[in-house]
Amino acid sequence: MKVTLIDYGAGNVASVERALQRLGAESQRAAAPESLGSAEALILPGVGHFAALIRALDERGLRAPLLKALRRGVPFLGICLGLQALYDSSEEAPELHGLRIFHGRIRALPASVKLPHMGWNQLRLVGKSRLLQGIAPEAHFYFAHSYAVAADTTAHSVATCTHGSEFLAVLEQDNINAVQFHPEKSGAPGAQLLSNFLRLAA
Amino acid sequence: MTLVHRIIPCLDTDGARVVKGVNFVGLRDAGDPVVLAARYNAEGADELVVLDIAASRDRRPTFLETIRRVAAELAIPLTAGGGIRTLDDARAVVRAGADKITVNTAAVVRPALIAELSGEFGAQAVVLAIDAKRTSDHWEVMVRGGRDATGIDALAWAEQGVSLGAGEILLTSVDRDGTQQGFDIQLTSAIACVVSVPVIASGGAKLPEHFAEVFHDGAADAALAASIFHDSVQPIRGLKEFLAARSIEVRLPC
Repeated sequence: MKVTLIDYGAGNVASVERALQRLGAESQRAAAPESLGSAEALILPGVGHFAALIRALDERGLRAPLLKALRRGVPFLGICLGLQALYDSSEEAPELHGLRIFHGRIRALPASVKLPHMGWNQLRLVGKSRLLQGIAPEAHFYFAHSYAVAADTTAHSVATCTHGSEFLAVLEQDNINAVQFHPEKSGAPGAQLLSNFLRLAA
Repeated sequence: MTLVHRIIPCLDTDGARVVKGVNFVGLRDAGDPVVLAARYNAEGADELVVLDIAASRDRRPTFLETIRRVAAELAIPLTAGGGIRTLDDARAVVRAGADKITVNTAAVVRPALIAELSGEFGAQAVVLAIDAKRTSDHWEVMVRGGRDATGIDALAWAEQGVSLGAGEILLTSVDRDGTQQGFDIQLTSAIACVVSVPVIASGGAKLPEHFAEVFHDGAADAALAASIFHDSVQPIRGLKEFLAARSIEVRLPC
């Protein structure tokens, strides 16, 4: 199996690629619509601004083939913005539509805490997780974001994290998986999570 | 469940090799950045910073290659900087594998650079490095490796940098740098009080107590050091165990 990394110009594509390499997984980058058609497993890495991701997906004509692949049941992993993009919209760029697979709006974390939420934090398990299998419950993951899905927005959450308020950290629904943190930068637990995704996708 | 305090080793390089020395005087070789990066990744460092302290144009390709080789070793975030003056400079560093970019002198010369970088990569990728030196009643921003005074107030600059889009402040006390007498707690807490973003304290670390102090009293979110880690004067694992025993939240990888 080969993993297709959706390459819309985000900074962390290469990091994800390297993390997969370390796991011995084959990957290829896809920046054109036709390359999503035959994808066996998809990862949407993302970091930075919601608008940058959504605009890039639309400018490159990737929205429709991506939605089609998701409907076809292709195993998918969204990372950081790649999770946020699955929702209706974001306060960060209110004029843009997300992929609208899940409903709700991405909101800014409360200003009562330091933002961005940057660094290593722990999760709270709220459901049975495939992605977190074999990972110690007290493991830390690396976060770098200021916006998030409020914990009560979504029914598909399997783990949350708290920084000022509780927010969605891990989502699993059929073939769709997404994480708010960066598994590619989260040491051994991050590698285990990616390896769990590869096993699900195989 | 809380955001932990980060321990960040810093590799000062001449582009290719890790070097030690103050203000480019008496530089001596302190090792291969790739070997050190792999070691820190395994020892539980929370991030790594790699700087090109020479930042000369003709050695740039060498530094980019160093970033590539270092990034290949890391499963933790990598910040790179030194000599980033334009968006294109930053793009090259990010393409080579850096997750964050740090800017210092070039941002003082042209503050709009911060907004440009933040617009392209997001605030979480822009680390504003501030070298501050105490003068009579305030702290002054120093540039060019801490050598030149600017007359700019460090607190005001930190606030301005954050409003322009910096997502983190890497704060170095020029007074404490290289002294091994501990972080400048007053400076760190003063900056941490005025900005809404995380602050990385730097300059003066030697003992585990220094780290406890800067997290506890200095309100730092992260602490950075170089030679004490390179020379294994202070192993990272031991440092984190020391902090954990004092109820300071840290990440202890299994």
